[in-house]
Amino acid sequence: MERTLNNKAWFLVLPVLVLVAFSAIIPLMTVVNYSVQDTFGNNQFFWAGLDWFEDVLGSDRFWNALGRNLIFSAIILAIEVPLGIYIALNMPKKGWGVPVCLVLMALPLLIPWNVVGTIWQVFGRVDIGLLGRTLTALGIDYNYVQDPLDAWVTIIVMDVWHWTSLVVLLCYAGLVSIPDAYYQAAKIDGASRWSVFRFIQLPKMGRVLLIAVLLRFMDSFMIYTEPFVVTGGGPGNETTFLSIDLVKMAIGQFDVGPAAAMSLVYFLIVLSLSWVFYTVMTNQGQETGK
Amino acid sequence: MLELKNITRIVGAETHIDNVSLRLERGTLNVLLGPTLSGKTSLMRLMAGLDKPTSGSITFDGTDVTGVPPQKRDVAMVFQQFINYPTMTVYENIASPMRVAGASRQAIDAAVQRAAALMKLTPYLERMPLNLSGGQQQRCALARAIVKNAGLVLLDEPLANLDYKLREELRAELPRIFAEAGTIFVYATTEPSEALLLAGNTATLSQGRVTQFGPTIEVFRRPDDLITAQTFSDPPLNTIAMHKAAGQFRLEGGVAFPAPAALGEVPDGHYTIGFQPHHLGLARTSPEALALQTRVTAMEITGSESFVHLGFADASWVMLTPGVQEFAVGQQLEVFLDPRLLLVFDSHGRAVTAPGRLAA
Repeated sequence: MERTLNNKAWFLVLPVLVLVAFSAIIPLMTVVNYSVQDTFGNNQFFWAGLDWFEDVLGSDRFWNALGRNLIFSAIILAIEVPLGIYIALNMPKKGWGVPVCLVLMALPLLIPWNVVGTIWQVFGRVDIGLLGRTLTALGIDYNYVQDPLDAWVTIIVMDVWHWTSLVVLLCYAGLVSIPDAYYQAAKIDGASRWSVFRFIQLPKMGRVLLIAVLLRFMDSFMIYTEPFVVTGGGPGNETTFLSIDLVKMAIGQFDVGPAAAMSLVYFLIVLSLSWVFYTVMTNQGQETGK
Repeated sequence: MLELKNITRIVGAETHIDNVSLRLERGTLNVLLGPTLSGKTSLMRLMAGLDKPTSGSITFDGTDVTGVPPQKRDVAMVFQQFINYPTMTVYENIASPMRVAGASRQAIDAAVQRAAALMKLTPYLERMPLNLSGGQQQRCALARAIVKNAGLVLLDEPLANLDYKLREELRAELPRIFAEAGTIFVYATTEPSEALLLAGNTATLSQGRVTQFGPTIEVFRRPDDLITAQTFSDPPLNTIAMHKAAGQFRLEGGVAFPAPAALGEVPDGHYTIGFQPHHLGLARTSPEALALQTRVTAMEITGSESFVHLGFADASWVMLTPGVQEFAVGQQLEVFLDPRLLLVFDSHGRAVTAPGRLAA
């Protein structure tokens, strides 16, 4: 009797399995397939073993791109998380300001990524861009096409503009869920503004903050569209991140094997770093009794 | 002594507190009793300094503290929600008010240990508040309030979110703790039985006004007006319209009887009569008792008592009677009421007289 019930349950899970198979497992296995073979076109494949992985892991090109990725993500987290918390703390909690702020905050998130890239690409141009021309007129030597530092600053400012809202909205959701009584209790205790933040708001925001950090880390580590549109990975290879390099390799050079190996390595890095982040942050949460 | 003089607080178009005056002495336990939204929390927030009164003044031990922020007042507060610092241990939570005040390490440890023992938290001092049961969390919050050793301790429905058993237990402990401290305790509750169990003084609140303030038993037995009597009765006070003429009380529904001796002086006219649910009985307890023909509309049995909902003329009453009683809904039932227990209110709702005043 129980056996038949258990079997029936599989039918309910089946649609999800099919969906996951087509959306994740089959494409992933195709990549695995490419990564261990060599091809000269004509649909002929030759076994290559782990050669491509050795190639990728032994190349400076890969490690340089990975380094740029890590630096970029570190800068993004260091700016967007504190800034997001700061903005969320200062957003109105009630009244007409709430919907206004929420809509303003949500706006950048609603713009398609390549449009964001295009906006900033034009915005920053020294010949016709508002930002570029203004800076030049002020006598500041700014040119994101030629200067690596300017390119980095442009991409970072663009990402902060685009994604800080996400951190803000998540933190804001955490903040408004704190009962008013906590603030009153703190007021009566004579707690300082900093103590209220440190001992009430931060712990109560902990869970959403964890999600915000994870999302921002994963997204920034996988960034592609915006820098591709703005700098195309340049000047030189200064803003060539793993994703951009990967596309160059797979589609530009049509090195399918190495590109597949690289994307698997890339995938494993994102997966393991996210897992480390998650474990560290949830453990810390448990230690502090969250 | 905490003294509120003609306190009013108006927020937007709403009057939260309407001309309240109260004097609370040191070493007393004072209950604010009233239904939800009657102004208990608003009044406490004013006492704590979390809100400023629109008009009126608050003095504490002779000093005017109107508009002084809570951190500069000598006040502690416990809320209906269990409020503790989530990232601090129970020990650190209890110690936090003293740390802010800058007390010495030994003084803090002694006070924390004492409060923890009082609140039966000693085994849990190193735990995080959220790893404790609801009752323990609230005891931790109470311990914080005790440690602060404030001149004014405000408890805003502190037991409302606890389960029945824990509530009984803590409610029994609280008066003992209060008695030791010698400060002014203010305790807000919606339950008349809680006010009676805590004893002390009670202020009944209705729509932002204090309708009566005095020793709890006095207020319960001799309400000044109908609203106070209704606020202080659970199950609700039974009422019925009455007309007095020629020495006779005539109830709506036709029953007439001679006015009880003590009420003989009451001028003729229209009144409202009120009486407690337990004043109705199934047996004649005195020769004067009125026999009333009622109809059973619903039954609630708790085991030790039965609540019998009755219809009499247009009025709906509740009879609280001991033991398990079985009546069919719709059946006729003769119940008895001693007219000497009646509360009589005039057309403005003011008590004409109450049984306590007749040495009942």
